[in-house]
Amino acid sequence: MVKVKHAKPESFYKVYERKLTTKKVTHYCPGCGHGVAHKLIAEIIDELGIQDRVIFLSPVGCSVFAYYYFDVGNVQCSHGMAPAVGTGIARTLENSIVISYQGDGDLAGIGMSAIIHAANRGENMAVFFINNAIYGMTGGQMAPTTLLGQKTLTTPMGRSTNRDGNPIGMCELINSLTAPVFIERVSLANPARVIKARRAFKKALFNQVERKGFSFVEVLSPCPVNWKMSPLESRKWIINKLEPVFPVQNFRDIEEKPERYERVEMSDEELLNLFKIEKEMEIKPKTKKISDQHIKIAGFGGQGVMSAGVLLANCAIMEGLNSTWLPSYGPEMRGGTANASVIISENIIGSPVVDNPNVLIAMNAPSLDTFEDQVSPGGFIIVNSSLINRKVKREDVEVLYVPASEIAKDLGLITTANIVVLGVYMVKSRVLDTETLKQVIPISIKKKHLTEVNLKALQAGIDIFKEEAGAHI
Amino acid sequence: MSESYITINDDECKGCRLCVDACPKKCIVIGSNINLIGYQYARFEQNGCNACGLCYYVCPEPGAVTVYKKDKKGSPQ
Ligand SMILES: Cc1ncc(C[n+]2csc(CCOP(=O)(O)OP(=O)(O)O)c2C)c(N)n1
Ligand code: SF4
Repeated sequence: MVKVKHAKPESFYKVYERKLTTKKVTHYCPGCGHGVAHKLIAEIIDELGIQDRVIFLSPVGCSVFAYYYFDVGNVQCSHGMAPAVGTGIARTLENSIVISYQGDGDLAGIGMSAIIHAANRGENMAVFFINNAIYGMTGGQMAPTTLLGQKTLTTPMGRSTNRDGNPIGMCELINSLTAPVFIERVSLANPARVIKARRAFKKALFNQVERKGFSFVEVLSPCPVNWKMSPLESRKWIINKLEPVFPVQNFRDIEEKPERYERVEMSDEELLNLFKIEKEMEIKPKTKKISDQHIKIAGFGGQGVMSAGVLLANCAIMEGLNSTWLPSYGPEMRGGTANASVIISENIIGSPVVDNPNVLIAMNAPSLDTFEDQVSPGGFIIVNSSLINRKVKREDVEVLYVPASEIAKDLGLITTANIVVLGVYMVKSRVLDTETLKQVIPISIKKKHLTEVNLKALQAGIDIFKEEAGAHI
Repeated sequence: MSESYITINDDECKGCRLCVDACPKKCIVIGSNINLIGYQYARFEQNGCNACGLCYYVCPEPGAVTVYKKDKKGSPQ
């Protein structure tokens, strides 16, 4: 009778969607250390039973596609920035186990500041730093860890101290900081070393289960192709050349969980007190069912598209819904183009980006030109017909033409056109109550003497809707 | 009597020879056939495999090698 002792870890996908030939192999070169490091991590994820809690940060470099292999939560980060991304994740998702997997170009080159500060803050993450003494993906340029005398594409005569500086020992550098709880350098040069590396990998990950803090494992890893060696020769080169410069050892292993890293959560009430904010309105319990609103309000700078977005989002929050507001504008304070994306939902909103709005409020002609095609079928468009002469071409959307700027001008303040269209939107969509906006406007408006004219503009929008609706829908 | 052994998925092997070098019992050789992804792949030849797992740990491919250990008690699996 036999039983399986070692098999492909469960934390890998069964098939990898990326590779066309077999969907079974990684994209790494034969004999590359990345696959070995991946396997150790996946095996330990299985062992600790944390697959559904892991968020794996892929870097830029050969391991950019790690997310095709690990069946866990995945984020692909911009070059060197994984520790910053991980900081945000570890702090907001308290139950997550953050793994930052980075090469030496990524971590010690372009991302040096991100890693040092994350380490210095003692963020809860396990960092696996794959040191192959070269930039692999881009074809073998010098890395911060390239050895003196080592020939690379960018150091064809060999790295020299005077010209290029000395190789940087990341473990040594991080060991000069007080916050990290675990620092070890391991090597993948032979089976015994791989087994030893596994212990360090496990410790770094277990520290995350215990939320002990920042754990750093530097992995001396072969890049046979760019070193221009066979996989076996590359192992010998690690032992003979890399290890003397980068000693394989444990630098730190703190047993006690440091107290200082417990972060204090503040309640909404405490936050309000801290900033001495008085609650001016009570948030109503959510009563109605709504369909998600993906709203784009666009116009030129100064038309109040941003503040219209903020007002909408505030109304949604006051009615117990979730809302996001995302501004987008050029460098000009006035006259440039601007748009605000607002999402209103009963559910938690994952991304504040609105690519295909189901509501477009176009305040000027360029906005209609830009966004008309992006409106999802069945959505509706409110056109500021004072400034837009043309009709909407789409036939699969509803359109309301509202001479918002003229109405606002007649009320004595042309910049209240944004409030007029909000009134129209609210009555039309029935998602939000116009009474809520009537309460929010006096609180939100900075120039209090303009409250009244804004409320009038809102009323005008509410009233005109009926006529416009009758005439144009 | 059943013994410990390994299996190698032919089409997941890139022929890097690390397992050939790692196996203390010399149970792995590189064959002459070429697999779907273009490599001469490794083959297992029983020569006293004791399921030490070293080939598994040096192999960079997640699923190429599976190690089966002889169960001393002989309980059915
Ligand atoms: C901002 C930015 N700069 C440069 C690059 C080009 N680039 C891609 S990978 C890489 C280096 C990767 O080297 P390393 O982190 O050592 O990983 P390896 O490929 O060796 O695993 C560089 C410079 C990029 N993609 N983005
Ligand atoms: S270039 Fe180097 S680091 Fe990249 S996959 Fe190939 S062997 Fe691995």
